[in-house]
Amino acid sequence: MTASGSDALYKLRHRPPSEKLVDGSFKILVTVLAALVGLILLAIFLVVFMESREALGKFGLSFLVNSKWDPNTDQFGAFTSIYGTLLSSFLALLLAVPLGIGSAIFLTEDFIDTRIRAVISNMVELLAAIPSVVLGLWAIFVLEPFARPILQIINQYFGWIPFFSTVPTGPGMMPAVLILVIMLLPIITAISRDSLNQVPPDLRQAAYGVGTTRWTAIFQVLLPAAISGIIGGIMLALGRAMGETMAVTMIIGNSNNFSFSWFAPANTISALLANQFGEADGLQVSALMYAALVLMIITFIVNVLAQWIVKNLSLKYD
Amino acid sequence: MTSSFLPAKPDLKFKPHLLRNRGNKLLTGIAGLFSLIAVVPLIAVLAFVLFKGISVIRPMMFFELPPPPGLEGGGIGNALIGTLLVTGISCLFSIPVGVGGGIYLAEYSGNNKFSAFVRFGTNVLAGVPSIIAGVFIYGLIVATRILFGNSYSAVAGGLALSVLMLPTIIKTTDEGLKLVPQELRWGSLGVGASKFVTTMKVVLPSAVAPIATGVVLAIARSAGETAPLIFTALFSPFWPEGVFKPIATMSVLIYNFAIMPYDAQVTLAWAASFVLVILILAMNLLARWISGFAQR
Repeated sequence: MTASGSDALYKLRHRPPSEKLVDGSFKILVTVLAALVGLILLAIFLVVFMESREALGKFGLSFLVNSKWDPNTDQFGAFTSIYGTLLSSFLALLLAVPLGIGSAIFLTEDFIDTRIRAVISNMVELLAAIPSVVLGLWAIFVLEPFARPILQIINQYFGWIPFFSTVPTGPGMMPAVLILVIMLLPIITAISRDSLNQVPPDLRQAAYGVGTTRWTAIFQVLLPAAISGIIGGIMLALGRAMGETMAVTMIIGNSNNFSFSWFAPANTISALLANQFGEADGLQVSALMYAALVLMIITFIVNVLAQWIVKNLSLKYD
Repeated sequence: MTSSFLPAKPDLKFKPHLLRNRGNKLLTGIAGLFSLIAVVPLIAVLAFVLFKGISVIRPMMFFELPPPPGLEGGGIGNALIGTLLVTGISCLFSIPVGVGGGIYLAEYSGNNKFSAFVRFGTNVLAGVPSIIAGVFIYGLIVATRILFGNSYSAVAGGLALSVLMLPTIIKTTDEGLKLVPQELRWGSLGVGASKFVTTMKVVLPSAVAPIATGVVLAIARSAGETAPLIFTALFSPFWPEGVFKPIATMSVLIYNFAIMPYDAQVTLAWAASFVLVILILAMNLLARWISGFAQR
């Protein structure tokens, strides 16, 4: 009686075929969904490459160094836009990096009350969520009119330097750089702050223990320990700056005439796309796709480099 | 012997006039100044948008169409509906695919090459400029007229946005599922549940808060995106005519109206900015509330 009862109790339950089918197909389903990410990425490259073949064949690599963009005669060269993309991103980084890292240090040291620091940190993160088109609107009506007198003074006294040689009259490279700085600051500040927070407290205590001042500890111990995260953050910000479209499009002036002056209207690849794609046809579409391909390759390299730096250069603490 | 290493009278007092102490003060001041410079413009943007928005917004704006150039009044009703519709379409695609991909990464992939490729692809996709997503959908859907012969449409706009939402959702799902204790899976499998039941009924419900946080953040980001929409969803001065027709969205409305020389349009751009910023900040706060809820 008991023996047969326990036999029944412990009898192995065989999984019905329907359950195996559901299990197996669910695994296949999620694998396919995961594969879709890779497929979309490949499709993006393929679509942009296929559409740009005509311009690729016609202009070749001279597209990259030719600054003439003329839809009327079907002559296309993207040098002005490529130069604008690189210049605006690097100038914006030059201003945003010291400001961002300085703020991150200020937010991780105990200069002010923890609660005030938490409020500032949260605000910076929330402000990163403001859409770039709203920042563009603000740049047109507030930032550019505010910055213009300052830029005019610079032009007055330093106009002999080619970079400042144009009288600022409205949209141009410099207002675009300023709005980019505002967009990049939250990214750089947040990532640098997180990297600094992750440095083990022992390092700081050891530094103070051997008699360093606060700033010696920051420069010689804390920053070197957090540098990989900070550089990774800067690279991500660089990728973001290069791809940034709306705010820049609205304030850069969209001029395809090359100028050395930072106060003159200029263009970036993404601004060129945003402006001309809607009304383009024929070879112009293909040329725009070629420009998009260039932008993709540049941002791809920057982003992969950023990932590599974060992964391989970080100091490991056990 | 030892006394020769130390000054005759060890003096432990802080000497503010020393160069290094002065330098310290100077650097502290500079760091404070830098954070002030960093925070002020950001707060100025928010304050200006909110202030300007409150001063121009009227309740009727939510129910009216934008006026033809040169006329007064009008509203952003069609753009508000359009933003909700296009964002909704993007969710329909990106949430199932993103959560599914995240489940694969967290539950089914070991450390094989395929999952490394998917993780790499997710990171690369996260770095793809938003305008490229628009260019891609334009080349794939708009130019080929693959959607029943329609070119610009709300669906095309929604798909462009979903390309941008996908990496965020996959990453947060993957990370959220990894936080679920392994004992829960063992327990469920131990009492005889299949892997499918374990994942759907045990693992996923306990990770719902971090996943929801990621989804809400992704929606908030896509609601403000403009670049992918300007040549996929285009714009329309009329009420939405269905998902296969061009549609107005608030972000494209701001872009189009900001540079118009008419006061009525610029006013609408500010009103739309106000509504968009409030919407996005509210969603960010919601995301914080959800993730706080998860940590409890």
